[in-house]
Amino acid sequence: MASGVKPRVKVPRTAAVGDVITIKTLISHKMESGQRKDKEGNIIPQSIINTFSCDFNGQNIMSVDLSGAVSTNPYFQFEATVPEAGDFTFTWNDDDGSVYTETKSVKIG
Amino acid sequence: MNNMTSKHAAVLATVAAMTLGAGVALAQGLVINGEVTLTNEAPAAAHLENLDKVYSGWNFRSIETQALQLDDFDNPGMIFVDQATDQWDVVEGGADESCASCHEGGPEEFAGLRVVLPRWNEDADALWSMEDYINNCRTERMQAEAWKWSESKMTAMTALIGLQSRGMPVNVAIDGPVADIWAQGKELYYTRVGQLDMSCSNCHEDNYDVMIRADHLSQGQTNGFPSYRLKNAKLNSIHGRFKGCMKNIRATPYAEGSDEFHALELYVASRGNGLSVEGTSVRN
Repeated sequence: MASGVKPRVKVPRTAAVGDVITIKTLISHKMESGQRKDKEGNIIPQSIINTFSCDFNGQNIMSVDLSGAVSTNPYFQFEATVPEAGDFTFTWNDDDGSVYTETKSVKIG
Repeated sequence: MNNMTSKHAAVLATVAAMTLGAGVALAQGLVINGEVTLTNEAPAAAHLENLDKVYSGWNFRSIETQALQLDDFDNPGMIFVDQATDQWDVVEGGADESCASCHEGGPEEFAGLRVVLPRWNEDADALWSMEDYINNCRTERMQAEAWKWSESKMTAMTALIGLQSRGMPVNVAIDGPVADIWAQGKELYYTRVGQLDMSCSNCHEDNYDVMIRADHLSQGQTNGFPSYRLKNAKLNSIHGRFKGCMKNIRATPYAEGSDEFHALELYVASRGNGLSVEGTSVRN
């Protein structure tokens, strides 16, 4: 597991039914490119976030495939319509097999 | 096809909204999280003979870069502040202590410290920057290894401590025991060095707001440091920035933490007296 990885998400706590809300996400991650070498000259294996997805109450609402040349600490901002109260679940998958998740609840009102 | 068009429209609408958002923020000045208003221009201090007004480097950046600093979530520098918050509780060294062992009030204890640094330290008989204070804590109290001047843990910690003074005006003392050092810093500022034979003032006083290649020259103020630069995706210390400037004019840089850079840090900080400490700024 890569070190210093920390997902961060900003979602409004409350919304009205049908509201379009802005969601901001950022995961601090090295995004090791696979091009670098360590002090002994061995190639450091690629370890980047390869997919990012967001689910609302178990239903996938968006997903992203990432590949090489994406910067460190990838940031995503997108909009979503809130049909009911529930949980947004965010998932980041790492090349090294690690999965990072974060959940945020939205209330109606 | 229809679907594509509506998607396109949505993207365009978002872009428009973002541009408008930044424009509004600009009109209101440098307001962070919609709460903290920072002073990004101020009347020049009395000792500044050649300037009427001083401006934060934020003013010279593009709207997109400015917008990054207006919300702490968008500000990539805050990642490092988070890291320093974790580091605060890490026990290291022979004394088995962390920052939190002594500073029980948390980083908030240091509200107001950033604005007066660098300052004269009576006990050490020297001018001290925040890095000196941090390393003194590490080696004397924690009996841990000192951090390098610009290593990521150091810049992150200076960011965390500096953030506590966000919004307070820079107010470094230039008289008393530091008068000579300040004069030395001033001399360094106006001395031409390097193959390009340039001084700090040639860019940051005579030509600020003029394009240098594809970029706007700022006044070279230090109130926003440590600064997150899009160029290298990390926090940059003041001395690190001085070093970069000296390399750009093909001079041999002084060492980070040297007497020369301490003196220059004091002089440049005094040029920004009155501007707000920005916490962690975002620059090119």
